[in-house]
Amino acid sequence: MEFKLQPLGDNSVIIELGEDISRDIQQKVNKVSSFLEKQSFDWVIEYVPGFTTVAVFYDPCKIETNTLPYEQVCEELSAHLEKLDVEEGAKPRVVEIPVCYGGEFGPDLEEVAERNELTPEEVIDIHSNGEYIVYMIGFAPGFPYIGGMDERIAAPRRKNPRLKIPAGSVGIAGKQTGVYPIETPGGWQLIGKTPLKLFLPEGDTPSLLQAGDQIKFVPISEEEFQKWEESEND
Amino acid sequence: MIKITKPGLLTSVQDLGRYGYQKYGVIASGVMDATAHRIANLLVGNDENEATLELTLLGPDMEFTKDTLISICGGNLSPSVDGKPVKLWRSVLVKAGSKLKFGGCKTGCRAYLAVAGGFDLPEVMDSKSTYIRAGIGGFNGKPLQADDELSLKEPSDFATQITKVLAAELDGQKFAEMQWTIASEFTSTPVSKPKVRVMKGRQYDWFTQESQMKLFTESFEVTSQSDRMGYRLKGPELQLEKEQEMLSEAVNFGTIQVPSEGNPIVLLADRQTTGGYPKIWQIATVDLPIMAQLKPGDKVQFTEVSHEVAQQLYLDREKQIHQLKQGISLKIKQESK
Repeated sequence: MEFKLQPLGDNSVIIELGEDISRDIQQKVNKVSSFLEKQSFDWVIEYVPGFTTVAVFYDPCKIETNTLPYEQVCEELSAHLEKLDVEEGAKPRVVEIPVCYGGEFGPDLEEVAERNELTPEEVIDIHSNGEYIVYMIGFAPGFPYIGGMDERIAAPRRKNPRLKIPAGSVGIAGKQTGVYPIETPGGWQLIGKTPLKLFLPEGDTPSLLQAGDQIKFVPISEEEFQKWEESEND
Repeated sequence: MIKITKPGLLTSVQDLGRYGYQKYGVIASGVMDATAHRIANLLVGNDENEATLELTLLGPDMEFTKDTLISICGGNLSPSVDGKPVKLWRSVLVKAGSKLKFGGCKTGCRAYLAVAGGFDLPEVMDSKSTYIRAGIGGFNGKPLQADDELSLKEPSDFATQITKVLAAELDGQKFAEMQWTIASEFTSTPVSKPKVRVMKGRQYDWFTQESQMKLFTESFEVTSQSDRMGYRLKGPELQLEKEQEMLSEAVNFGTIQVPSEGNPIVLLADRQTTGGYPKIWQIATVDLPIMAQLKPGDKVQFTEVSHEVAQQLYLDREKQIHQLKQGISLKIKQESK
C-alpha cells in the first residue's frame, strides 16, 4: 500500500493515503484502521481516521530508541503498512437506519422537494434508495460523514440555523446527508428522524456507526417509529 | 466529602483526558494545563491521571466535612481557608469544617484542586473528564453547581504519610501547609506576552509567505470568544496562497487552524476530533500549559521550533516530572522519620 507519513505534532503522525474522497481511498483508510485496531504496539494511544488519512497518537516516552521517537514510529508503522494489501478488503458492514420522513420529524422535507422540483414522496424515495458509505466519524460523538447522496435531492444549509436540532434528526446539507447523534444547533435541512441512538456512551463502542459502514435508510411510519423508540429505551 | 457552596465561573472534574474514543467522534476533554494538574496530584499522593477540579478565573467556595489533604496548582485564583491565604504548589492539610474560597484571579486563568484519594466518581469511557456538551463524565456530566457533594476515595499510603507530617504542624490552626514547594521551573509566574513555541502545521505551505512570517513578527491577542474548546486569536490576518479544498482530518491539542476569514483558532482540550480548516502551526506539547493559562485580553508571541526539538523538549519535560515525583517521595520519607 502506498502512503506518506507526516507529524501532526510531537506526539502524533498522520498517515496520508490519497488526496480525494473516493471509495478506493476509503477502503485504504479502513484497511489501515483495522490494522491499527489489532496492533500491539504499546506506544499507540489511539488512531483517528479522516477522509483520506489516519492519525496515530502515541506516547513518545514508551518508544525505546536511540534516535527520535518519531523516526522509530515511522519505521515500525512503515514496515507494517507496506505489507497491507487493499485487495483483500473486508466486505462493509451494512447498517439499516429506519427513518420516519416528513411531518414534525422532517420540517424541511417540503422545502427540499420544492427546491428540486420533486414531490416529498420522490425525495423520500430517492433518499431511501441511495447507496451510502460512512467515510468518517467526527464533528460530534457518533456523527457520520456520509457519502453517496443523489444530487437530485441536494439542498443548501438553512440561512438561519436552528438552535436545537433533536438527536436522531436526518438532514441534508449541500450534497451531503447525515444524522445528528446528539442535540446540537445546526443548519441542516431536516427531512426525517430515526428512532435509533447513534451515540451510546454506555455501550462497548459509543458509536452505532463506524467509518466504512454501508448505510441503508428504511422509511417507517410514525407508529413504527414509536415502537422502535420504546424498544430502544428498554 | 466536599460540599460546593458556590460553583465559581466554570468548575469541572477533569483528568488527563478520554483517549481511544476520538475515532467515534468522542472528544478527548481533560485538563487544559496538564502540568499543573499532574503536580497537584503528586503533592497529595495520587496517580497523575486522577481527576482534579479545574477552576476557571473565579473559583468556587466549598466546605470540607473531614480533614482533607489537598493541593492547588496552576493559576493564582487567590485561595484562602477561613479567610487566611493558602499557598499554591504545596501539600495542604485542611481541617474538617473549614471553608475554602477563591478571590480574584491574580495570575493565569485556571487552577487545579487535587484531593488525596481523588473523587469517588464513575469512569465513562475510561475517563472521569466532564464532557459538558454530551453531558457525560465528571459529576453528572456537568460543571459543578451549588450544593453538589463530592465523595472522596481512600487516600493512598503515601498520602497518609504526607498527612501525618502536616498534622504535626497544625497546632490548632484550620490548615497546615508544607514548608517546601517544588522547583520554580514548573511554577514560574506567567509573564505578560509569553513566548509559545510552535512547529510547522500540516498545511503550512498553503499560506502566503507573509502570513507565515507574521506569526512570529507580531503578537496575537486572546479574544473573548475563547473557551476550553479553543482560543480565537486576534492579530494580523493569515491568508492562503490560493483557495484549496481541505478534507476533514484529525486535529491535535494545540493545533492552530485558520478559517477563511484569516483569524487563527488554537484548538484546546475540548476540541472536536476532526477539523476541516488548514493547520498553519502546532504548539509544542511542553508549551500547552502556557497557552492554557492565558485569558481573554492576554497577548501571546509565537516562536518556531523544529518538530525534532519539540519532541526532545517533550521527553525532557517527562524526565523532569519523573524526577520531581521521586523528589517528593524522598522528601516525605525524610520528614516522616
